[in-house]
Amino acid sequence: MTDMPDTVRPAIAQGLRLQWEPAQEAHVLLYPEGQVKLNGSAAAILSRCDGARTLADIVADLERSYGQSGLATDVRAFVVLAVQKRWLELRE
Amino acid sequence: MSAAAHAAPAPQASPGVGPPLWLLLELTYRCPLHCVFCYNPTDFARTGAELPTADWLRVLREARALGAVQLGLSGGEPLVREDLEAIVAEARALGYYVNLITSGVGLTRARIAALKAAGLDHIQLSFQDSTRELNDFLSSTRTFELKSQVAALIREYGYPMVLNVVLHRLNIDHVGQILEMAEAFGAQYVELANTQYYGWAWLNRDQLLPSRAQLERAEAVTQRFRERVAGRMQIYFVVPDYFETRPKACMQGLGSVFLAVAPDGIAMPCHAARMLPGLELPSVRDMDIRTIWYDSPAFNRFRGQSWMKEPCRSCPERSKDFGGCRCQAYLLTGDPDNADPVCDLSPHHGLVTSAVARAEAAAQGPPGSAAAPREQVLIFRDHRTSIPVVAGEQSAHR
Repeated sequence: MTDMPDTVRPAIAQGLRLQWEPAQEAHVLLYPEGQVKLNGSAAAILSRCDGARTLADIVADLERSYGQSGLATDVRAFVVLAVQKRWLELRE
Repeated sequence: MSAAAHAAPAPQASPGVGPPLWLLLELTYRCPLHCVFCYNPTDFARTGAELPTADWLRVLREARALGAVQLGLSGGEPLVREDLEAIVAEARALGYYVNLITSGVGLTRARIAALKAAGLDHIQLSFQDSTRELNDFLSSTRTFELKSQVAALIREYGYPMVLNVVLHRLNIDHVGQILEMAEAFGAQYVELANTQYYGWAWLNRDQLLPSRAQLERAEAVTQRFRERVAGRMQIYFVVPDYFETRPKACMQGLGSVFLAVAPDGIAMPCHAARMLPGLELPSVRDMDIRTIWYDSPAFNRFRGQSWMKEPCRSCPERSKDFGGCRCQAYLLTGDPDNADPVCDLSPHHGLVTSAVARAEAAAQGPPGSAAAPREQVLIFRDHRTSIPVVAGEQSAHR
């Protein structure tokens, strides 16, 4: 998993849903009979995982949007974790 | 028990009550099955008329406005409601994550297609009437065929195959076959939920409670199976409360995140709360969800910790388990403010250990021997047998 290529296209796993919940003032990831309340950076990454953008695209987009560089390591680590947790699935 | 929990008891009930994140609609008590472990009220046949569609839709809108996001559609068997698709469609449009909890009886291709189109997110297939179905399964008869077809439909329509199986003394020794059946159904998630003792299961408790040896064997079988199917199937094994020494954090405290509405419109802070004495449960027919959740005495009754008695009141774990289950405290001790007797700090814990001891005797003694308790008939959930349950330990051993 740590050698995940930049070309993978992560997508929210089938059956799960990411949405903004005003009552919780947070993005939440909804899954069968449960939810995860996301912090800002997790939501920023997951909302870009549309199955079309590659991991490299997502990093570049985040760096542009937040005016930062060197996010690749953190983003990759989060994507790896999210795949392990079955929040994300990878499309080639 | 960690030192941290001792050092940091949570503050008393804060005025900031959170939203009812979890909404459960029990759309009907009607059900084609007659399960001996059903948690529905034992006097369900006395409840009033079911809410009409428009009222369910209004409940959905009002609860969503408060922040409810996880929706369970249950019963009874929710598929007997012909407006299920309309309810699902409205729920999904409002932004709920919509879970259907069903026996699968009535889940035809036409209905699953309509439910999918309406936006249903998730299906949990319950393997309900296990005593009969297990026999059916072992002899490859009709019910197994039906469940097998429903499981195939669920997968075909792109849903994960999630199977819930209720375990008890009469089927727990077959857990290996049950897991093989789940595998044959293509189940990705299996919840092996041991019966908890409410409703019909309470009436049948002395027939359903397994022995500790049965439980340990079943857990060992489950663990071996888990290792074989690692990566393909996830299996959860839920131990009956009676074998624990600390209570569950029931509903994360009543009135904290969970709101259930019964078929007749009665709103409840827990789906078993109807049995609790002195709790005047409001009806969605004459009160809106906001008032029910925030202002009704019933939903405030067990919020915070001021209702607690000793040993909970001064217990360092009270903020972790909230004293356990109010319904279990009531059924076993007659007082819903008592500690859940599952807790070995409860002065009533002996009621739980003696029930387990009777189960041990029943498992060990040959039928009819002095060691075995008097044979009792299982009471199947049915309109004809629908009766009120009186609280107190004695009522289970009339």
